[in-house]
Amino acid sequence: MRRYLRLVTVQFRISAAAGMAYRSDFLLEGVMTIAWAALTLLPLAVLYDGRASVAGWTVESALIVMAYFMAVKAALEGVISPSLIDLVERIRTGAFDYVLLKPVDAQALISASRFEPWKIFDILGAIALAAYAFHRRGLGPPALADVALGMLLFVAGVLAMYSIWIMFAAASFWVVRLDNLTFLIGAIFDTARWPVHVFRGVWRFVFTFIFPIAVMTTFPAMALLGELDSDTALATLGGSALLLVLSRLVWRTAIRSYTSASS
Amino acid sequence: MSSRTLRAIPTLLRIGVAETVAYRAEFLVWILTTTLPLVMLALWTSVAAEAPFRNYTSADFVAYFLAGLIVRNLTGSWVAWQISEEIRTGTMSMRLLRPLHPFIAFTMSHLAAVPFRTIVALPIAVVLLFSSGASALATEPVQMLLVVPSLALAWLITFSMLFALGALAFLFTKTMALLNLYFGLYSLLSGYLMPIPLLPSGLRQIAEVSPFRFMFSLPVELMKRPIDASDLAVLMLAQVGWAIVTLVGALWVWRKGLRHFEAVGG
Repeated sequence: MRRYLRLVTVQFRISAAAGMAYRSDFLLEGVMTIAWAALTLLPLAVLYDGRASVAGWTVESALIVMAYFMAVKAALEGVISPSLIDLVERIRTGAFDYVLLKPVDAQALISASRFEPWKIFDILGAIALAAYAFHRRGLGPPALADVALGMLLFVAGVLAMYSIWIMFAAASFWVVRLDNLTFLIGAIFDTARWPVHVFRGVWRFVFTFIFPIAVMTTFPAMALLGELDSDTALATLGGSALLLVLSRLVWRTAIRSYTSASS
Repeated sequence: MSSRTLRAIPTLLRIGVAETVAYRAEFLVWILTTTLPLVMLALWTSVAAEAPFRNYTSADFVAYFLAGLIVRNLTGSWVAWQISEEIRTGTMSMRLLRPLHPFIAFTMSHLAAVPFRTIVALPIAVVLLFSSGASALATEPVQMLLVVPSLALAWLITFSMLFALGALAFLFTKTMALLNLYFGLYSLLSGYLMPIPLLPSGLRQIAEVSPFRFMFSLPVELMKRPIDASDLAVLMLAQVGWAIVTLVGALWVWRKGLRHFEAVGG
């Protein structure tokens, strides 16, 4: 375990150094964060311009979901996607051989292979947005227990996202050229900006159980608002754990059918 | 276009078809990324289910976003990503050796995918026709006929825009961030997330004249609501105008960018 922690630290240091090399990106990313936040908030503003509440969500609560969306998106774009794009690329070129040769678990090694340090801005933006939403709600700051649960569920949400990515990425062991997966994940994940309750029927089912945006943003937001009952909280944690186990199984099956692409 | 280029076109199209078939998984993923209108459809219909949202009923949203799905499916393009990947990995060098402008080569490879995209779009069109019927759709014959050129122009504007963005990879190392910003603007101003009339007034005025409207919203509008003849003429002319501007712009960015090409890798 200590070994893996050290490994992740080293990887992070290398990625951070690589990130610092592109200093002009720093400014770009900062501007992007602000632009993105505005673009993300506008549809919400339009929706709530005509309605006081949508599917039981007031604008303040919906802003909390949005804050979680920004934070999970930052984790997705900052850690999960870069690493897994790297994986898909290595499978295609055959460089994955070198990963397998190393005396550590390949999944652990690949999952921490790249970071985008600038994404920290998005996390800060998300925290600011959540603070603003609570201020606007005027009921005082959230209780400490709610914050703790909200943080815990955030981690669970990110893990759920990660598991789904691993399962998608594992497909590239079979179909090789799938480097555009990141766009698909991004496109589906984009729905996570809305509370899952605005969707009905089959969509609600899909977004709760199949691509669980509910686990990633809606339930954590409810936890932070102190509106989540303990059953749902447990189910969220359980669901996320289940996804993690499932992704590990898929990974192990997939890796067996790896037929090196190099020479 | 020289006669040599013209002669190459059938071959380029054949290669394009072969590529689409060979990398069908990747193609399918690209198609799936254009399904956001379905999600917006789910969202807006459930919002409008309680009461119409500013004149828009559930049926209106269904018609709007199904039409949008067709437009997005037929006009969507991933050329920006392709170009920036080729520049990043150095394979662009090989393309530059060919006596053919890459704009033509990419255009043909993307046009070859259109029949496959139509196979996906047609069933949606049938569903649209049967679920919405005449009540939510335009029936004016001239207007219906204009949907086709309008789709072609929307395709050209989108393609040129993305071609220019891809070519920016000659100048910047990371174009992904720019692509994200572009897509954010597109989603908002093209009517992809919500019909343009629903935008706040200041933004609506920008959206109405921006090129983004002519990349997505205009063909949808043509399918959906009756537009009187003079407005129709103005809108179509504006679309042609934007097509010319973006095409010339794309080729200009390409020429400027090419001078900075450093051919990574061997």
